[in-house]
Amino acid sequence: MIIAERKPLEDIKQMIAQYKKILLVGCGTCVTVCWAGGEKEVGILASQLRLAFRRDGGELETLEATVERQCEKEMVEELKDKIQQVEAVLSLGCGAGVQTIADRFEETPVYPALNTKFVGMPEREGLWIENCGACGDCFLDRTGGICPIVRCAKGLLNGPCGGTNKGKCEVDPEKDCAWTLIYRRLEKQGRLDLMRKYYPPRNFQAVVRPGKIEAQRV
Amino acid sequence: MARSFKETLNSGKFVVTAEVAPPKGTNLKKTVEHIDLLKERVDALNVTDNQSSVMRFPSLGTTVLIKECGGEPILQMTCRDRNRMALQSDLLFAYTRGIRNVLCLTGDHITVGDHKEARAVFDLDSVQLLHLVRTMESGKDFSGNDLDGGVEFCAGAVVTPEADPIEPQLIKFEKKVQAGAGFFQTQAVYDMDNFKRFMEYAHQVDRNIKILAGMVLLASAGAARYMNEQVPGVFVPQDLIDELRSAPKGTALRKGIEITGRLIRQIKEEAICDGVHIMAIGREEVVPDIMVAAGL
Repeated sequence: MIIAERKPLEDIKQMIAQYKKILLVGCGTCVTVCWAGGEKEVGILASQLRLAFRRDGGELETLEATVERQCEKEMVEELKDKIQQVEAVLSLGCGAGVQTIADRFEETPVYPALNTKFVGMPEREGLWIENCGACGDCFLDRTGGICPIVRCAKGLLNGPCGGTNKGKCEVDPEKDCAWTLIYRRLEKQGRLDLMRKYYPPRNFQAVVRPGKIEAQRV
Repeated sequence: MARSFKETLNSGKFVVTAEVAPPKGTNLKKTVEHIDLLKERVDALNVTDNQSSVMRFPSLGTTVLIKECGGEPILQMTCRDRNRMALQSDLLFAYTRGIRNVLCLTGDHITVGDHKEARAVFDLDSVQLLHLVRTMESGKDFSGNDLDGGVEFCAGAVVTPEADPIEPQLIKFEKKVQAGAGFFQTQAVYDMDNFKRFMEYAHQVDRNIKILAGMVLLASAGAARYMNEQVPGVFVPQDLIDELRSAPKGTALRKGIEITGRLIRQIKEEAICDGVHIMAIGREEVVPDIMVAAGL
């Protein structure tokens, strides 16, 4: 799923400083699960912003809404009536959600309240880790199901760098070295031959930006 | 310097290389002084490439400078700052300037250096870079297009004999040998028993592989402890730290030179490997003293 994090309150406040009435829109999917942009977070942010405006001697009126999936045109359609009542929209969706609203309601400025961080999973309650780089050319069959493209800080394909230390990463000793994890798992599975193979550089044509996939109709 | 580095490697002579660090800026005075001091004393001068991810005068420019000064340069190339196109362009240029040696490294991560917000490239890794060099030598670029005028390099790589865990590192070492690395420069080694064990393994992989032991000068007991704590894959034994600590005030550097010289002498006398790569890290002017202490 998509993992996002809310921007600092001060940044959000400055983005919308010129408005008197805004709509905050949450998303019921990924960002709800990662505690960044669900119905609950929409409510918290709305009251924090109202308070912050009041503290500065201003006034902010907020409307709230949370759609099931903000990245679907049909689902943001239900925002129509509320958007007509406000000057701007503050989206607590991922980048795809922000753009879906902005495309559907072109007359209204839409602002992002979140920073979309990565594709990942919950490691434990309240902790999410990146584990997919959406590279377009999945490599996991060769690495025991551990992605070196994002879980190795350098995205190396042929083994660990010299910066690895006691199974940890050069960049952050709190993070595991992906290649040590890969080594251990392949060893456990008796598949170390996979690690001895040479892998050529990645093909960045696997996803030509901007990415686009059209289903083949059968 | 009449002999190429490749000829030196194959001559059976105990090989000695040293490192030159380019300046932060355009003042090349000290760099030229170091080149002039060392070019006749060592077999090749190895130039770091934005070492520790700190932006500096380029490795490529410094190797050209060494060539102009009459030395034999080794061009260090990391994959951190350039994609496969830029790496190939630089190799073409290097070849036309008489540079014949390249050391292929992945490179430190951007975040350890002084431009932490920059984009880290890592389009290739060190093994792929070795393949790139070998592909270009076949007269083709890395996309299979013909080159009008080819290249030929003595390509080397690095290995960390004290890596923990060692097994993944050894697998990568094998891949580098298979990719055509002609020589290896190691991360700093201080424990000769550990290093001998690594050399046994290296010779099992390839009997003829040329290995230069990395010799990093220890300037104080504090520096040695720092290496143990902060530098991955480096292990300074306690007796060496004690020896540095016991040196009378103001003589720790002299003691460090003595220790490095002694280790080099042991490597040479016991023929543990094919030579050494001396890294004086900012104290290049003492490299001749280290060599004297080593009996070279």
